[in-house]
Amino acid sequence: MSNAKKTLRKLTEYKLFLPFLCLALVLLINVIKTPTFFAITINNGVFYGYIIDVINRASELVILAVGMTLVVAASGGTDISVGAVSALAGAVCCFVLSGGEQSVNEYHAPYILGVLAAMAIGIICGAWNGFLVAKMKIQPMVATLILFTAGRGIAQLITDGQMIYVRVDHFKKLGAFIDGVPLPTPVFAAIFVVIVTMLLLKKTALGLYIQTVGINAKAARLVGLNSTMIQFLTYTYCGLCAGIAGLIITSRVYSIDANNAGLNMELDAILAVALGGNSLGGGKFSLAGSVIGAYTIQALTTTLYAMGVSADQIPVYKAIVVVIIVSLQSPELLKIWKNIKKKFGNDGARKKVA
Amino acid sequence: MKKLKLEGNQFLLLITVLLFAVMYVIGLIVFKDNNFGRLQVFLNLFISNAGLIVIAVSMTMVLITGGIDISVGSVVAMTCMLLAWMMEKKGIGAVPAVIIVLLIGIVFGLVQGFLIAYLKIQPFIVTLAGMFFARGMTAIISTEMISIKNELFLSWAQEKLYFPFGGYVNKKGVVINPYIYPSVVMALLVLVIVFLILKYTKFGRSIYAVGGNEQSALLMGLNVRRTKLKVYIIDGFLAAFGGFLFCLNTCSGFVEQAKGFEMEAIAGAVIGGTLLTGGVGNVIGSLFGVLIKGTIETFITFQGTLSSWWTKITIAALLAFFIILQSLFAKAKEKRK
Repeated sequence: MSNAKKTLRKLTEYKLFLPFLCLALVLLINVIKTPTFFAITINNGVFYGYIIDVINRASELVILAVGMTLVVAASGGTDISVGAVSALAGAVCCFVLSGGEQSVNEYHAPYILGVLAAMAIGIICGAWNGFLVAKMKIQPMVATLILFTAGRGIAQLITDGQMIYVRVDHFKKLGAFIDGVPLPTPVFAAIFVVIVTMLLLKKTALGLYIQTVGINAKAARLVGLNSTMIQFLTYTYCGLCAGIAGLIITSRVYSIDANNAGLNMELDAILAVALGGNSLGGGKFSLAGSVIGAYTIQALTTTLYAMGVSADQIPVYKAIVVVIIVSLQSPELLKIWKNIKKKFGNDGARKKVA
Repeated sequence: MKKLKLEGNQFLLLITVLLFAVMYVIGLIVFKDNNFGRLQVFLNLFISNAGLIVIAVSMTMVLITGGIDISVGSVVAMTCMLLAWMMEKKGIGAVPAVIIVLLIGIVFGLVQGFLIAYLKIQPFIVTLAGMFFARGMTAIISTEMISIKNELFLSWAQEKLYFPFGGYVNKKGVVINPYIYPSVVMALLVLVIVFLILKYTKFGRSIYAVGGNEQSALLMGLNVRRTKLKVYIIDGFLAAFGGFLFCLNTCSGFVEQAKGFEMEAIAGAVIGGTLLTGGVGNVIGSLFGVLIKGTIETFITFQGTLSSWWTKITIAALLAFFIILQSLFAKAKEKRK
């Protein structure tokens, strides 16, 4: 085997190879279709451009994908309530800040109180999911189905079915720009969450524990790990991530629409985890993979917008890309392909004999 | 006394049925001045949920194999839109239009089934892609709402099948008998057929076997892949059929239609005692799950002042109740072992 081939094989065996390839492919299509894709302009001291838009818009998704990765890894199931929990957290934050009124021009409570309330709601929701999954041993999808159904209902109950506006410049900063900083704030929020999570996983044994519990919860307990606690913690953390994402979503539009905030975000988050090459069956996981997956999804969405596809029609292309990517990642396809190759190879051999 | 000993799952079904009965009796007492007791109110539960009953039945079957199908809501929307578009914009007759959408449903199920059974991609991801695809296709066909004016189709939708009894006398002294639409008959027919298939055919039993333990099913000599593929094909067909029945109710197609249908179907199945881990489930339970949802909605309409979000919250509370109950049963079973 030549050297170049060896490097190629080494490269393809690198576990983040496929996620990276997908992202590169999406970006490549962009360069061909929209040459200005990577162009960055400076307006009023802040950066503008498609690529900035991608990393900006992907922020909530990255944060949700981080939480989702841990949940998937530890329990082999998905948390489908994150979108609804985001909406609920946003609703609580707006409710606290507006003091129950529909539209306000100044805070009725300190900003930090709203933020803490949103995070607390996220943690409570996550803990409830965690309790059901880890303690009551309910399948994750069913357990989180409860909050998926109730979350938006409770959010509407809080906002009384109305949209709540918080028209304060300070409130918009989390979803837009901080004065003097050229990059959008959500980008920093996403990076912050990713780094904190990575440190938690790498500097402590937590990452290893989560992996162990995900591979075999019973065996993990037998070697002395508190499986229940670890699963519970991942769900709680996922809830906290949903709360933070909810804050950013609300801040972007300085209002909360309980029906539509974070709609279908759970699906994108799960998709990001799968695109990142993580098995949805739990066990080994790669946080970086999920983050790349999240950026891939957003890059795809922005690409389609740039190509003039209407918002309603985007899902079709998303679906096709997803099917292709997950099919490529399926080991079964390789087996089928090898079988076909073998068959044809044998045919060739037979012909030679004849 | 041996006969009275119920299996845990049957017990859950019994609780579901009882809960429905209790809720209905409460409705009779609370809303006795609002004619809640009329047979028509009960029949309306079936009329407004005919499509959902079919979807919940097919969802139950998929859940029993240990899979899931979250594409059904979007497939319903796509079916409605296709029907409306074909009949109104392309001038295709009602019968060929219905046949075409049912065929599309089968193809949809075939593709999903192939990806799940043969490429072994997680059902959630495959049907998630299916959900995106179908919803997006709906938007590609038309982003505007299309109302159906096809006479034959409307005659199917509005044909009232009157009951010979249970009527009431209105103010003018005319007896008004309760009625149902043909969609209800079709939905119940699907329910009975799937019930019989699951209970009495080799195919039906192998669905339970595959869901209970795939490895054992394989060792028993069952063709696990083919069984799964068949289930998803039937599921695709039933999703389109459910869409057709749904369309008979709404007589229109638009992009946002039937959003969240898949979760309502899953909730119905779970309340009816189906386990998402597979191997356990009953379509009769799912029917009652859907009826309970319908009853809550009827309550809210009758009450008049409650907001629509109370449906979501009550359903979620019921879900929590049933899920925790199921888990307690599972735990008790494990202890007995």
